[in-house]
Amino acid sequence: MKNYQCLKEIQADIQSGQISCKTLVLNYIEKIEENSGLNIFLEVFKDEALESAQKIDQKIKAGNAGKLAGMVISLKDNICYKGHKVSASSKIIEGFESLFSATVVERLIQEDAIIIGRTNCDEFAMGSSNENSAFGIVKNPISSNKVPGGSSGGSAASVAAGMCLASLGSDTGGSIRQPASFCGNIGLKPTYGRVSRHGLIAYASSFDQIGTFANSIEDTAALLEIMSGPDEYDSTLSQKKPNSYTDDIVQEVSSKKIAYLSCYVNHEGLNPEVKEKTLAIIENLKQKGHQVDEINFDYLEQLVPAYYVLTTAEASSNLARYDGVHFGYRSPQAFDLLSTYVKSRSEGFGKEVKRRIMLGTYVLSAGYYDAYYSKAQKIRRLIKERTQEILKDYDFVLSPTTPHPAFDIGSQNEDPIKMYLEDIFTVQANLVGLPAISLPLGITKEKLPFGIQLMGSPFEEGKLLNFSQYLININ
Amino acid sequence: MLKEEVYEKYELVVGLEIHVQLQTKSKAYSSDSAEYGSAPNTHISAISLGHPGTLPRFNENTLQYGVRLGLSCGSEITYENQFARKNYFYADLPKGYQITQDKTPLCLGGSILIKDDQGKDKRIGITRIHMEEDSGKSIHDLDPFNTLVDLNRAGVPLLEIVSEPEIRTPQEAYNYLTEVRQLVRYLEICDGNMEEGSMRCDANVSVRLKGAKEFGQRTETKNLNSIRNVFRAIEYEFKRQIEVIEAGSEIKMETMGFDAVKGTTSSMRSKELAHDYRYFPEPDLQAVYVDSDYIEKVRKDLPALPSELIKKFTSEMNLSTYDAEVLTEEKYFALYFDELTRLTKNYKAAANWMMGAVKSYLNENALTIQEFKIKPDQIAEIIQLIDEGKISNSIANQKIFPYLIEHTNDRPRAIAESNNWIQESDSNALEGFISEAIAMYPEKVEAYRAGNKNLLGLFMGEVMKRSKGKADPKLTSQLLKEKLEN
Amino acid sequence: MGVDRKTVDRIAELARLEFNEAEKEEITNDMNKMLDFVDKLSEVNTDGVEPLVYMLDESTPLRPDVVKQEISQKEALKNAPQKDSDFIKVPKVIERN
Repeated sequence: MKNYQCLKEIQADIQSGQISCKTLVLNYIEKIEENSGLNIFLEVFKDEALESAQKIDQKIKAGNAGKLAGMVISLKDNICYKGHKVSASSKIIEGFESLFSATVVERLIQEDAIIIGRTNCDEFAMGSSNENSAFGIVKNPISSNKVPGGSSGGSAASVAAGMCLASLGSDTGGSIRQPASFCGNIGLKPTYGRVSRHGLIAYASSFDQIGTFANSIEDTAALLEIMSGPDEYDSTLSQKKPNSYTDDIVQEVSSKKIAYLSCYVNHEGLNPEVKEKTLAIIENLKQKGHQVDEINFDYLEQLVPAYYVLTTAEASSNLARYDGVHFGYRSPQAFDLLSTYVKSRSEGFGKEVKRRIMLGTYVLSAGYYDAYYSKAQKIRRLIKERTQEILKDYDFVLSPTTPHPAFDIGSQNEDPIKMYLEDIFTVQANLVGLPAISLPLGITKEKLPFGIQLMGSPFEEGKLLNFSQYLININ
Repeated sequence: MLKEEVYEKYELVVGLEIHVQLQTKSKAYSSDSAEYGSAPNTHISAISLGHPGTLPRFNENTLQYGVRLGLSCGSEITYENQFARKNYFYADLPKGYQITQDKTPLCLGGSILIKDDQGKDKRIGITRIHMEEDSGKSIHDLDPFNTLVDLNRAGVPLLEIVSEPEIRTPQEAYNYLTEVRQLVRYLEICDGNMEEGSMRCDANVSVRLKGAKEFGQRTETKNLNSIRNVFRAIEYEFKRQIEVIEAGSEIKMETMGFDAVKGTTSSMRSKELAHDYRYFPEPDLQAVYVDSDYIEKVRKDLPALPSELIKKFTSEMNLSTYDAEVLTEEKYFALYFDELTRLTKNYKAAANWMMGAVKSYLNENALTIQEFKIKPDQIAEIIQLIDEGKISNSIANQKIFPYLIEHTNDRPRAIAESNNWIQESDSNALEGFISEAIAMYPEKVEAYRAGNKNLLGLFMGEVMKRSKGKADPKLTSQLLKEKLEN
Repeated sequence: MGVDRKTVDRIAELARLEFNEAEKEEITNDMNKMLDFVDKLSEVNTDGVEPLVYMLDESTPLRPDVVKQEISQKEALKNAPQKDSDFIKVPKVIERN
């Protein structure tokens, strides 16, 4: 079977009778089973997916299939799907069965998308390499001694390995864009408040967004369009109605103004090939008549620290519900309430999660709140104001997605701080709540992909996707 | 026990924190039922269970009820309401945090009017009123090996009312609670039942030497399950603190429990690990903005409050304060009475009927006034009949009212006529009966004239017998006396 | 600003986590590294700056006070580690009277 890159192709081949949803699903399942060593999927919904495929094949014949008929999607293991297990790749909710589906999952299924399985990720979305899962690391399908990135490593890898057409992940500090960069696909994080978080296992509530992995802008736009918009179950959404993103992407591209931050492009940790490619893209844009300017940004060194103080604080509270009492893992050593808490949590959570809970608890604790949490909130405001100032004058901010392509498994594990700095270019979009996308425009001499990132203004995903398509076309 | 004079050197300082469980249909942050009393773990949802991936959804009535309460207390209503997380671990707290308000309580200031120990008006200031959610229940005594957790109550909306430390006696505390209870019942936001837990009170108690400017160190007493017990606990804690100080020790900031059997407070420390609630703004809820339009809408729909009704009943209808207070104890009882006073000008009689026959009937049959099948206009008709002299009070009470209870659609006038209970008020007829009665007992007449006035009853009885109970007692009594004395 | 063992103990208590000796050594070091790292925040003057609390300039929608029961008691208890037909169970220390 062809290695399909977009839904249009699939739908055309279904129409012409070359394939059916059923054969498509069978093909994907075979791919998954052949490559189980990559440890991408935690669970494959084999029978269910085939059953859905059969039903949808009939709907297609009857002419009443939904917009996503033929699209097979994987879900990151922190997105709830009713009647299915969801574990955030953690032992502490291993075996937990969700009583409801995430709003985005319902909306996609409504349009006849097929959910093929749940993918491995960093535990509770905390990590940048998918090495923090309680169920083993994920290997990058492009080069199996490399990490796929994280925390949505499994999702990115599932698309890169041709195990499904698209995947849903979550992005709190870069957890979609960074693995998209490492795995060579398109990773979109929408504006904060664009897509419902109902059914997303929370890590950091004011940073988390559900987003997509796909191989085409068209598919990205189609998914976003269907997932977006108000939801009575999420009170942090914007009431603004979403655009028709599939329409937006076919509009003509006018001349644009693009900014790039000098502190990003001149970052000492930036891999020379990545830097070269970034500058080449900038040059290309200038030649095509766009205005591309180098802009100052004074808060580079505060980006990741602010992100860590705020996300760990929110996480320490969001993860308090995993207590061994009401659901999930309870330690066999629990003999009273206190030991139920302490033993279950200490045994159930992995090392990185515990680290972040400890830091988060500390920065909120009496005596430290002002110096850390409140301070970080103030800096968040400064970062937001400065970024919005830039976006008043420019349509997009362009940068590399990651300082380098995928690194070796195990190579960043000694120092948590080194790992945190993997997010240096991505956290800004989460701190400010902006839409951002990673485009697979780069490839190193060693054939490792890397992404170029575009950040846009809030709720301007249409413009962002439109220009993304253009950027892909001209590179 | 110390000498009385020692205790009198000190002043009691009390602030009360009252948690009011709101009578909303659904919970504070989810649409599962907030109703009390169903089987365990049935009034729940993924949200109130704190399941992964769930987010809170704010109930509009939590806001409305809170604004009702704030307006009734004269509080300032906050425009931008933020929510906060109060983080701690307990078996009945599924999320591991409570969504509450920290820096921007819904209401600030205001006061509750009470009577002090001398019966004089006193205002107890309110510091704040804020919105939060209840926890579930941990049951420790059903299973010897396990605590049983029921999350039905988890997420039911609460309002917390914090008073200024302006209460100075246990009686004032008692009165304050009584007022708040009545108020929340009038506003129909809570049924104010402390025994069932829909209203809970924690008492912050401290003492200081009379005349001192600084407050003493306070303790917090919890687990008070009746207004009476709040009184007793404060009374005890006052003495206990003085005894500690007089013995040379210091009061520590402690949580105290109250033993209702012994009537004593004791420290609850060491059971719990130290709390640091790590309040921070709730990121899953944006602010709730309360503008003046909303406030005016709520204000317009506010029911008449007890204090307003008492004023009306005493000043416009000349009823005694005591009567007015009894009549306004329960909202719908007061409204029934209010309606009745539109149908009769005999306010005193109306009050007596309400506080007498009606109240007794309701109490004996465990009914509320809303379940009372007799309407105000029927009571008004009874009063009218008495005023017209057509029936006596005793006939009304003993015959007509009970009949009406059994035949709730009938009219009192028709009942009296068809049952021949219209009393005999014709003086001539009465004179006849009286003469007969007197003729029967000449010696008694002598005895009466000699001073035994009690014998009036004997003659009254005779007249009643001869008139088949229809003699107008008042008129009869008057005519009898005249006859007997001459 | 750093953390010592005592502080780590207090934080662990608040977070209901426990560490053995070796882990405690590690977590203390890790926390200190992280705190050093986030000290970069203190290099920026934030006098007069309001903390950013909300990401959007909108308000929380008000949900009508209507009951909607979406799950059953059985479903509610399904994921509980220990339960009977009605309650979630948590072990308790047996009181000796």
